[in-house]
Amino acid sequence: MIAAVATPLLRFAGVRIEAVGRARAGSPPLLDDLSFDVAPGEFVAVVGESGSGKTLAARSILNLLPEGVRRVAGRIELEGRDLTQLSGPDIRKVRGAQIGMVFQEPMVSLNPAMTIGRQLAEGLQLHRQWSSEEIRRQSVTMLERVRITNPLRCLSAYPHEFSGGMRQRIMLAAVLLLKPKLLIADEPTTALDTLSQREVLELLVELAHDDGAAVLLITHDLGLVARYTERAIVLEKGRLMEAGSTRQILTDPRNPYTQRLVASLPRCDAAGTAAPASAPIVVEVRNACIEYPGRPGLWGAGTPTQVVHGVDLDVRSGEIVAIVGASGSGKTTLGRAILDLKPLAAGSIRFDGIDLAQMTAAQRKQFRRAAQLVFQDPYSSLNPRMRVRDIVAATLRHAHLDAADRAARVEAVLAQVGLASFGDRFPHQMSGGQRQRVAIARAVVSRPRLVVADEPVSALDMTIQQQVLALFRKLQAQYGFACLFITHDLAVVRQIAARVVVMSGGVVVEEGPVPSVFSDPRHKYTRELLAATPALEAAALMG
Amino acid sequence: MLSYILKRLLLTVPTLSLVAVAVFLLIRLIPGDPALVLLGESADAASLAAMRADLGLDHPLPVQFLSWLQHALHGDLGRSIVSGEPVAALILQRFGLTAAVVLVAVTAATVIAASAGLIAAWRRNSAVDLAVVGAATVVLAIPSFWLGMVLLLLFGLKLGWLPFVGYIPFSESAVQAMLFLVMPVMTLTITESGVLTRMMRSSSIDVLQLDYVTHARAKGLSERAVLTRHVFPNAFAPTLTLVGLTLGHLLGGIAVIETVFTLPGLGRLMVDSVLARDYPVVQGCLLFTAVVYVVVNLVVDLCYPLFDPRVTAR
Amino acid sequence: MMDRFGHLGWNALIGVPLVAGLLVIIGIGIIWMPYDPIAIDLAHPLGSPGLYHWFGTDEFGRDVLSRSMLGARISVLLALATVAVAITLGAVLGLLAGYLRGWTDRLLMMITDAVLAFPGILLALALIAVLGSSDGSIVLALSTAYTPSVVRVVRATVLSIREREFIEASRTAGDSPFETISRHILPNVLPPVVVLATSLFGWAMLSESALSFLGVGVPPPAPTWGNMLSESRPYMDVASWLSIVPGLCIAGTLLGVNLLGDALRDWLDPRRQT
Repeated sequence: MIAAVATPLLRFAGVRIEAVGRARAGSPPLLDDLSFDVAPGEFVAVVGESGSGKTLAARSILNLLPEGVRRVAGRIELEGRDLTQLSGPDIRKVRGAQIGMVFQEPMVSLNPAMTIGRQLAEGLQLHRQWSSEEIRRQSVTMLERVRITNPLRCLSAYPHEFSGGMRQRIMLAAVLLLKPKLLIADEPTTALDTLSQREVLELLVELAHDDGAAVLLITHDLGLVARYTERAIVLEKGRLMEAGSTRQILTDPRNPYTQRLVASLPRCDAAGTAAPASAPIVVEVRNACIEYPGRPGLWGAGTPTQVVHGVDLDVRSGEIVAIVGASGSGKTTLGRAILDLKPLAAGSIRFDGIDLAQMTAAQRKQFRRAAQLVFQDPYSSLNPRMRVRDIVAATLRHAHLDAADRAARVEAVLAQVGLASFGDRFPHQMSGGQRQRVAIARAVVSRPRLVVADEPVSALDMTIQQQVLALFRKLQAQYGFACLFITHDLAVVRQIAARVVVMSGGVVVEEGPVPSVFSDPRHKYTRELLAATPALEAAALMG
Repeated sequence: MLSYILKRLLLTVPTLSLVAVAVFLLIRLIPGDPALVLLGESADAASLAAMRADLGLDHPLPVQFLSWLQHALHGDLGRSIVSGEPVAALILQRFGLTAAVVLVAVTAATVIAASAGLIAAWRRNSAVDLAVVGAATVVLAIPSFWLGMVLLLLFGLKLGWLPFVGYIPFSESAVQAMLFLVMPVMTLTITESGVLTRMMRSSSIDVLQLDYVTHARAKGLSERAVLTRHVFPNAFAPTLTLVGLTLGHLLGGIAVIETVFTLPGLGRLMVDSVLARDYPVVQGCLLFTAVVYVVVNLVVDLCYPLFDPRVTAR
Repeated sequence: MMDRFGHLGWNALIGVPLVAGLLVIIGIGIIWMPYDPIAIDLAHPLGSPGLYHWFGTDEFGRDVLSRSMLGARISVLLALATVAVAITLGAVLGLLAGYLRGWTDRLLMMITDAVLAFPGILLALALIAVLGSSDGSIVLALSTAYTPSVVRVVRATVLSIREREFIEASRTAGDSPFETISRHILPNVLPPVVVLATSLFGWAMLSESALSFLGVGVPPPAPTWGNMLSESRPYMDVASWLSIVPGLCIAGTLLGVNLLGDALRDWLDPRRQT
């Protein structure tokens, strides 16, 4: 679709956004000379990583920029009418009624102190002259359209009674009730798990189609772009890098940044080969059952919940095994149990042949050196008061090395992860990707036999994810440790693992080598998961 | 919701029990014959003997405690050494005035703090914000008794606008009573609004950055609607907790105000009885104020779900 | 101006000079005071501020400036002692409660709640009633009233730090619980405790002056700002400076301490924006 339609629904013309006030002092503009169009009913993606300015662009449309940030140049037109020139009361008439906006964090996108019914009614009371009966009826109908069971009960309930996915659907209902011409969706599913993500997006697209609304989808996930949008614009550090049809952007990117972005989609070639059957088994899990203690009620401890039921698993030296599943599948808990951080209710876990529950103190000390964990959250896994060098050295504290050897090892491993001169820094002075590299350095410095990585790249931008995964592969090839990679993202599995174990509801539903499970999934859940991972589809699109 | 209420009610039981034990033990800590301590130096032998029997001094301590507790639950807190009046009656008589002053002042302070804090957060870093923060910071540093003295000096002595010594009860003249109370209430209102304003401002700043506020604006709501319906209820909840704590600590802190303005309140009763070694009154006041404090916090906790429904879920 | 200093700047700009000034005055007072603070001079009672007595004299002819200087020293020392006791005891108990959880935690919380059920001043009054009025009993009474708050804050901080992944990392590295607490938890608990200590210092000074004002604090003739204010009351109409000066001293000190505490809190935030 070419941009020059009769009157585009939305037009950005030379928009420039800068930080003002204290934060200013010579920093570059947050958004520079952005121009693009959206035709009526069109689905357009605004793609970029963190810092690209995509969220600011979306917020500037309705003049909802945060404090300290201002649009200093350019026009934003809705059906030819310049929104930037509108007075307060006028822009408020546009908000909600002509342009609706859906936000990212379902946990804070709805007012916790107000019932759902009131929040849905608010917009209607403002923009329509309907009776409260009519408002109620319309709300119930809308809630049914977004597939909320028992909509009447929902109206008098509070947001905290619903899960993340349901809240996003309620938010969709609230916004679409006003039948806006343009729907801005700012990373609407990033905070949801893979299956909910798919549900919510499919719903969004379906409803927008039905109402003839255009959608501006702000996202960093190329997979979503591939599946749901017709056109895309790519932003980096506030500048427009490329714009065109989605197909063209994915199959024939012209701008170098776009090319890098597209290259970070998972490729078809398998990342790792399975270890030969002769390789020693490092971790042997048999019939593992893990429980969480029940919430203590008024009369003593409650009933415990089964989180993992009867799981069997082998990990051999030198191979990367991925455990994949949604949140609540038990994968994280299993990972912790393998590191002896959570007790088993039944079954056994053996490390190098020794049962974890029967280790002597000396064996346990050795185990702690030989089995390491890389955490998910780069912002909470590093002690904010320690320098990088000390954080990495902490793992070696119980090893029998003198100070000089220890220092040398720390420097060596920092160089390996590409952070050679970062030893003196504090975590808050580094980016998310750099912090994850510190976490990886901390894990491999003791030359472990096993590394358990718990969602280590979920919180990172796509191109950074690429880098960190490549680092992982390199280190694993060099040191030959067994690796258990826990993730919810099948695209990541494709890039790193040789074998995959699929978990759901605490049990293993399928396992096998990555290529065969991906091409010929046998269990229904695996199939659903594969279908819900758009990044794979996008990669397939590219051939 | 019901389970939340029940849980909160049940949680007060251990606290109140410990409070009772502590108050009971406190007096027993005083060296010497407890009967003498409770009746004073000038008591005669007969009453001392009767008191000893009453206290059950030959029984083990827990039995003594239970008998004391039983008396207390029936409203019998002993008699004042100084005046001979029943302690319970004395306390209740004085409590009315103290409660009136504290409640009016804290309500006024809350209203001021809630509005000033919200507006300061809304117009953050502007002149208004600076003024509010500056005023709150200065007010926090001013001792309430000194402020009372300054106001008394100004409005009472120098300008002669308001009466300042003693008090005329409501039963005699409502207007006069209120005039006497203007300065004490004003003093407390000013002093307490400092910390409440800062709390309100800080939680408002946090709430203003959350997505649901932007969402409310994105619906097209006016700023006033956004502030009153979306920001205020969520920002007020932590301040409400602080109000409860303030009410509690003022039950003690009011003593200085009552001293400055010579008001016959509960705080002054406590101080006078400490100075006079009137232990039954000291004991009674302690027990009474602790119970009131626990009840006040319970009420605050029960009001909390009005502003933050999430607490009932836990 | 705001742009260059920001909040940190304002707090420190006013707070530091005030506190420094206080320390200087106390320091000078240790070596030299214009007059003997306790010496009575019935020849010059209620003298208004002038050349010989910058702050005037009280009803016994004692020099108000000298008394204020001595009062500063007494109040500050008492407050420091209170803070030292409350922080040490509170931090230890809070760490135990937060790290060990279970019965230890529940028991400590019950006791803390019970102590907190008494309004601070009343608790102090009651303890002084039992122990008598002396420096030691004031410190004991006030620290008893404030320790529960310290326990609460430390416990809450420990609880939130416990959940952070770097604590799990410490366990994975093989640290013993003691090592985890000392290397990882303590350094992260320290900043909020330091900030609390400055607030506590302010409250302790205020409470001590309130107790002295009520007549149950530091006994005369030792001057503290609190009892100086109390003694000035009968003479408010003829010698109003006696009621103004000590109050200004308290307010000035508290303002300085509070602002310094705020500046300290901003500075200690490991994620401070530069």
